[in-house]
Amino acid sequence: MRAKPSIYLFLVPGGLVFLIFFVVPTLYGLSLSFTNWDGLSPQFQFVGLANYANLLTNDSAFHTAIGNTLKFVLTVVVVQSFLSLVFAIFLLKNTRVNVFLRTLYFFPTILASVSVAFIWMFIYDPNIGILNSLLGDVGLSHWQASWLGNRHMAIYCIAVTEIWAHTGQLLVIYLAGLQQIPRELYEVAVLEGASRWQTFRKVTWPLLVPATTMVVAYTTIQSFRMFDLIFAMTDGGPGNSTEVLATYIYHQAFQYNHVGYASAVSMLFMVIIALITMAQFGLLRIRSPKSA
Amino acid sequence: MRFIRIPAIWLYALIIAVPLLVVVESSLKSLATLFENPLWPSHGLTVQAYQTLTSQVPLFRYFLNSLDVTAVSLLLIILFGSLISYAILRLPRIPSLIVYGVFAVGMMIPTQVNMIPMYLEMARLGLVNSRIGLILVETAFLLPICVFIVGGFMKTLSRELMEAATVDGANEWQMYWRIAMPLSLPAVASATIFAGVIVWNDLLFPLLLLKSNDKDTLPLALLSFSGQYQTNYPVIFAGVLLASVPMVVLYVFLQRWFIAGMTAGAVKG
Repeated sequence: MRAKPSIYLFLVPGGLVFLIFFVVPTLYGLSLSFTNWDGLSPQFQFVGLANYANLLTNDSAFHTAIGNTLKFVLTVVVVQSFLSLVFAIFLLKNTRVNVFLRTLYFFPTILASVSVAFIWMFIYDPNIGILNSLLGDVGLSHWQASWLGNRHMAIYCIAVTEIWAHTGQLLVIYLAGLQQIPRELYEVAVLEGASRWQTFRKVTWPLLVPATTMVVAYTTIQSFRMFDLIFAMTDGGPGNSTEVLATYIYHQAFQYNHVGYASAVSMLFMVIIALITMAQFGLLRIRSPKSA
Repeated sequence: MRFIRIPAIWLYALIIAVPLLVVVESSLKSLATLFENPLWPSHGLTVQAYQTLTSQVPLFRYFLNSLDVTAVSLLLIILFGSLISYAILRLPRIPSLIVYGVFAVGMMIPTQVNMIPMYLEMARLGLVNSRIGLILVETAFLLPICVFIVGGFMKTLSRELMEAATVDGANEWQMYWRIAMPLSLPAVASATIFAGVIVWNDLLFPLLLLKSNDKDTLPLALLSFSGQYQTNYPVIFAGVLLASVPMVVLYVFLQRWFIAGMTAGAVKG
């Protein structure tokens, strides 16, 4: 059966919106990255690769932002993947309690990140925050800190907030992966006298490779592009200790009017994300049991 | 393992639930009580924070703004996205792959990459500070994920069914509207929920594109009045609670759909 040429009309409305508001800006951004435009004045120069050269060689604020982004991404990816796997295993059976707990764990996913940010700003508040008052109540007052006001801790504190907000969502992906593993494999493992740990190492873990790749890929990209939480909680501070790539682009463009320069950061940002995505899917193909 | 499992799952339940309960509790305290005793429940609960908030902040208007932006964006995302999904199903092989590829690449490009040129373009088109502008941008950015969820599902529809319909003389529009769409409702529901939660909660685009207070969406309004009330947490939390009510109510009634939808988006994205 052949579709009539009129089928191309189905592409028009969505295609137009996508072209005008997505494709054109992306290409426009690429061309801006070769200029020194401030976004306002009618005149600007073509500077070739100067923005990129400057970024890579002598912009220490950019290097700090990359470092902070990596700290944030690594913390979130490792802890969140681990927790979501452990709790998916713990809550695997569809008992009433487990279903309730999954629903509870998932709950923060539907909250606006601005709301999540306020909840955790209150938790971390140095004067009336519940974290400090809890520590005081259990006799650990020497652990009390000004959490978000501390340049060594702030980025990790925001990572904890992100983990709190999204572990429940990733748990569901692992749950779907676990439920696809045939029961018989576990029965065989029991008959063979395998220990719990051996069963996990030899049966569960290898068959969870697709789910793990999905969880890690999604978490990596989500945390790489993190903007809302950081913007609302610290706006990059104290100092520039929580400045990540996304907030750096925003600040360069809209605070300092370095539009051309910020566009170059955006392009590098896109390249980094594309490389990570390709690496992860390459890894999935190598490690997936089907092709092995 | 049981000795770890039971304490672990309930401890984590507390870690999720306590901050949420503290928000509710704090919104019912006066600022003075909160300073004395931030954590534990206390006597003298008051709705003062809610009174302050509702008398000083036109929260209902922000709610309507959010509703307007979300509803129209969703309508466009689902309509345009499902049309494209259906076209991908029906187009000859090569054009079909090209269309699919364009949206797949689109999905990998993060919002932050386009925000500057998008803003400049919107300014030139006179669409800054207009709700239509915000709606069109949200639509463009969420279209790829919708094409992935709905298009991926449509691929599994039976070819025989489609062929039978063409033999019966159905045109493409009828096949889309009468056959492909009704059969794809689970995927459409997933895409609606995924995109709906994102648009409703979005901060970045409203922050960039809305410049006058009366057009603010709820998240943007929350951010701007938090500046005004600084550390007056009872008032801020009253705002957080009232702003979250619509989503929470939907979540309570449609848990399964929410969990399936948000996961479909994550897996495809």
